[in-house]
Amino acid sequence: MSLANRYSAGEHRFGMVIDIDKCTGCGGCTVACMSENNVGVLYDETDKIRSITWMRVYQVDNGKPFPETQVAFFPRPCLHCEGSHGHHTPCVSVCPATATDYDPQTGIVSQIPTRCIGCRYCVGACPYHARYFNWFDTPWPAGLERPLNPAVAPRMRGVVEKCTFCYHRYQRAKNKAFLGGGKVEEMDYQTACTEACPSGAITFGDLKNPNHKVAQLAQSPECFRLLERLGTNNKVYYRTTREWVRRLADNYLKDEKPGQVAAS
Amino acid sequence: MDDSKFWPQGVTRCKPGAFIAWMVVCLGLLGWAGLSAFLCIFKGLNQTNMNDYFAFGVWIVVDLAIIALGAGAFFTGFMTYVLRRDELKNIINAAVIIGFICYSGAILMLGIDIGQPARGWFGFWHANVHSMLTEVMFCITTYLIVLIVEFIPLILENRQINKVPDLAFFAHHLHRIMIVFAATGTFLSFFHQGSLGGMFGVLYARPFAYRAGIVIWPWTFFLFILSAIASGPSFTTLIVMLTEKVSGRKLTTHKVKMLMGKISAYLLSFYLVLKIADTLYWANVTLPKMGVTFGDLYAGGPYGTYLVWLELGLFGVVPALLLLQRRVRESYGLMALAMVLNCCGAVMNRFVFTIQPLAIPVLPFEKFVGYLPSWQEWGISAGVIAYGLIVFSLAYRYLPVFPQEVELNKG
Repeated sequence: MSLANRYSAGEHRFGMVIDIDKCTGCGGCTVACMSENNVGVLYDETDKIRSITWMRVYQVDNGKPFPETQVAFFPRPCLHCEGSHGHHTPCVSVCPATATDYDPQTGIVSQIPTRCIGCRYCVGACPYHARYFNWFDTPWPAGLERPLNPAVAPRMRGVVEKCTFCYHRYQRAKNKAFLGGGKVEEMDYQTACTEACPSGAITFGDLKNPNHKVAQLAQSPECFRLLERLGTNNKVYYRTTREWVRRLADNYLKDEKPGQVAAS
Repeated sequence: MDDSKFWPQGVTRCKPGAFIAWMVVCLGLLGWAGLSAFLCIFKGLNQTNMNDYFAFGVWIVVDLAIIALGAGAFFTGFMTYVLRRDELKNIINAAVIIGFICYSGAILMLGIDIGQPARGWFGFWHANVHSMLTEVMFCITTYLIVLIVEFIPLILENRQINKVPDLAFFAHHLHRIMIVFAATGTFLSFFHQGSLGGMFGVLYARPFAYRAGIVIWPWTFFLFILSAIASGPSFTTLIVMLTEKVSGRKLTTHKVKMLMGKISAYLLSFYLVLKIADTLYWANVTLPKMGVTFGDLYAGGPYGTYLVWLELGLFGVVPALLLLQRRVRESYGLMALAMVLNCCGAVMNRFVFTIQPLAIPVLPFEKFVGYLPSWQEWGISAGVIAYGLIVFSLAYRYLPVFPQEVELNKG
């Protein structure tokens, strides 16, 4: 199926291609994301199952002893699933208060913290652990309010938050295009993690625009998506040439091979 | 202190001192819950041991379990008022009170469980019609109103309140139109019991929970309804039996209890046939399509296949086979045992659906994370049980809950 046909009608489908073979696991994307989106630092950041990391970098290895050990990294933002074969986006369809939404124009899954009641049903529905609940009040010690990004509202305790593909940057790009009388160009709208990656492992753009680099890269046979066979039909593609890395991206029965199974 | 003039006509109750001592114990548990609730509201849900891997914890398990067990209210109401099984009038009051306790307790608990309790009404205001949880919120709230309406005539039948002519008139006439509320309650309950099951069955990105289905309803929608109406009557009967043991008085004839047992037996058997078929289809068709085997899901962590044998075997097939036999239903002890097993099955099913889907990692490189509730979580859970004990004890002491009690305890 062609890339554009994977998604429903709508002007854009913003997405990413993350080249795992280029990622060094430096965490620059995570830091840039936290800074850009006003994700605070909790008193105990060692409690990783309660801390907030919109862009989380997973480290994986091939399970072999030295000297055959190989390591790879899966940077994981929100994958902005669209759902397929009659399914909705996993998290959007379950929210009782419409606090999360699938934008039909951009394909971006939004989150409205001021409407979220904190039931955490969406957290349970997401298989990627891309949704985070604010278990604590984020402390903002004196002085730390100064680098806050005025375009993004900090969240309160008791609500869910997640990566928005830096949607505020898209709004800014649209404003700029409107004032300039042009269109939003590829480089006008780039996420903070994409810009921060020192090895250029992340490519961001419109998957529906054949002129965008992301749309060209995503069609490569070396590209795949996480848990593709569940039918989440997300918009974050990963690329690797290593078979063992690819096998870690989905669940397979013993006799199955990556790339040979369809979404359920 | 003598409160006997408030007791129902012709019955005796324990001495006020003993009753007060019992209330103090319950209020102690309620105090623990109050402290826990205060901490959770003012300090946040960091007071629990829930986390982003265990977004649902013991509260949701208790919540789902008591809503299932409280189903005795609507189903007994349906049998009594709609299907006209008159002998069930002897137990319907108890069923309504238990239902009221279970539903109001669940709603109170959910108020603490959500991160922003003050926004609880957003589910109605910004309702998402695609969400099973929206449907649950609408139906359990409206059904609680129905339960309150069903409970009011009983409260007004208190010996002293009933002396007020207008209130007695109101209670009498409310009773006469109870079929309307019983039918409304049945409709609402069927849907939210189903939607609670649907909540998990629709999680298509969580292989443990996901189930195929019909149109928009996964099979869990229907299975949750069936398991609730199979265990609800058993739970109601068990509470009546427990009250009989504690008070030392006969409250209903054994024939009424046997009928409740028979209802449970047939419904549980029907449920089990479908549940086993669903489990086999899920294990052999649904899971392999997702690249997962049945064994994979039970391999990590403390959740082994023993849970399946417990839920479907010891707490499923065994009580069904026991309750199907008239000899067992005739025996007070054996029927009680079978009913306990039946209720354990419903609780276990809710536990399995709430905890396991979230505990089992879906991404191959994710790890299993453990979870044990904090004392605050146990406190709230214990508080709901204490609340139930208080309401039921007060109702039993002061309201004519059991129409057969006077006659059965003559002499």
